[in-house]
Amino acid sequence: MRHLLSGADLDADTATLILDTAAEMATVAGREVKKLPALRGRTVVNLFYEDSTRTRISFEAAAKRLSADVINFSAKGSSVSKGESLKDTALTLQAMGADAVVVRHPAAGAPHRLATWVDGSVINAGDGTHEHPTQALLDAYTMRSRLGRIAGLHVAVVGDVLHSRVARSNVLLLGTLGAKVTLVGPPTLIPVDIGTALAPGTEVSYDLDAVLPTADVVMMLRVQWERMADSYFPSAREYARRYGLDGPRMRRLPDHAIVMHPGPMNRGMEITPEVADSPRSTIVEQVTNGVSVRMAVLYLLLGGMT
Amino acid sequence: MAHPQAAQPQPASPPSVKVILTGAELARVVDRIAHQILEKTQGATNTVLFGIPTRGVPLARRLAARIGAFEGIKVPVGVLDITLYRDDLRRNAVRAIGPTEVPGDGIDGRRVILVDDVLFSGRTVRAALDALKDLGRPSSVQLAVLVDRGHRELPIRADYVGKNIPTALSESVRVTLSETDGCDEVRLLGGRVGA
Repeated sequence: MRHLLSGADLDADTATLILDTAAEMATVAGREVKKLPALRGRTVVNLFYEDSTRTRISFEAAAKRLSADVINFSAKGSSVSKGESLKDTALTLQAMGADAVVVRHPAAGAPHRLATWVDGSVINAGDGTHEHPTQALLDAYTMRSRLGRIAGLHVAVVGDVLHSRVARSNVLLLGTLGAKVTLVGPPTLIPVDIGTALAPGTEVSYDLDAVLPTADVVMMLRVQWERMADSYFPSAREYARRYGLDGPRMRRLPDHAIVMHPGPMNRGMEITPEVADSPRSTIVEQVTNGVSVRMAVLYLLLGGMT
Repeated sequence: MAHPQAAQPQPASPPSVKVILTGAELARVVDRIAHQILEKTQGATNTVLFGIPTRGVPLARRLAARIGAFEGIKVPVGVLDITLYRDDLRRNAVRAIGPTEVPGDGIDGRRVILVDDVLFSGRTVRAALDALKDLGRPSSVQLAVLVDRGHRELPIRADYVGKNIPTALSESVRVTLSETDGCDEVRLLGGRVGA
């Protein structure tokens, strides 16, 4: 594995190796010295063309815990605002000797193009509405640590599937790892045939209440307010009534089921505070696990001979 | 190797195998190291054994069990994975990392005894010392090995040695243990046939 661009890049063995490595990386967080020497002298560039809090900080923390040098680049305040192209920026990073580039970009496929221009490893940290593979890995890690397994789980992914890179990467990875995924949302926000296009066996439902009693995991997606003007649903209130997860709906879930959200949340829209702050919610754990999973990915991409 | 009289082609002979320690001998060696630890540490108080994977871990457990049988004391055993501290990480394909287990009370102020199967270049032990440093500050660190085969590349020496085996660089020492390989044995592989 040289790059991590898509959830489809990972076969079951590689994905399991990443999750196992992440479990070992997680033990470092409890130590007196929260640092490992594995990537000393390596340079990781965070190349962010879109706003991000947790993903950028998570990658930065992961790289620093492995003793790599981190350079943060955000499009705002850089030569991008003077019109520099992605390719020229990539060549600049290449000339500075970046061993890995973590890239977030509004255009789907940008990390794939970048991977053809630079010698180092490219990690996709979200490209448009396309993919976000490390989020899928940390979600899988969270499911495995809470429920003990992934194969055979029934995972309901609820909300704006159309615009969600988190959903796409999760469908791909969970399919590889043997979980059954049901995509739930209003018909306007679920692309026709998305299930069969990404992973055979994926189901689609427009009725959240019918799916909940058999779900082991409910993954709520953020309603992207910036898309509200496009009238995918009549009103926020109606969306919350039909597809929001509130207390009564949560109680329809099996006792062991967990509730996930990639963040940032719209409390009161897709998830109520009662659910977000309940013991079933793994939202804070997901952030913690994100650092361990990204440490594992960085180590497995950069730790050996390159 | 020069074979002046090797006129007729011979079938490639398998590398020579010499048994250095049988299962019973290996058990006696472990008993002796356990006694030596008790003697040198005046009863193995305030001591933690750390096995270095793979075969250092069952060896550390056996030493703790023998010390327990001789003196009735319980010596904690930890596991120290050194993968991320190796100095040859970048020269090889990426390695999977294993678990590191630190006994409940930690290592601060305790005597740590590192346990491994074979002491060779000393680089593994150097990596283990680095790994240990990130877990805390032991009062002292000692090293116990089943076999010392020489050829050190670093200024490192063991405090407890099961058996010194003079070897050639072309030879290899293979330790098998029932926990990991199904049987207890130490063999010397390769080297000169008939030597």
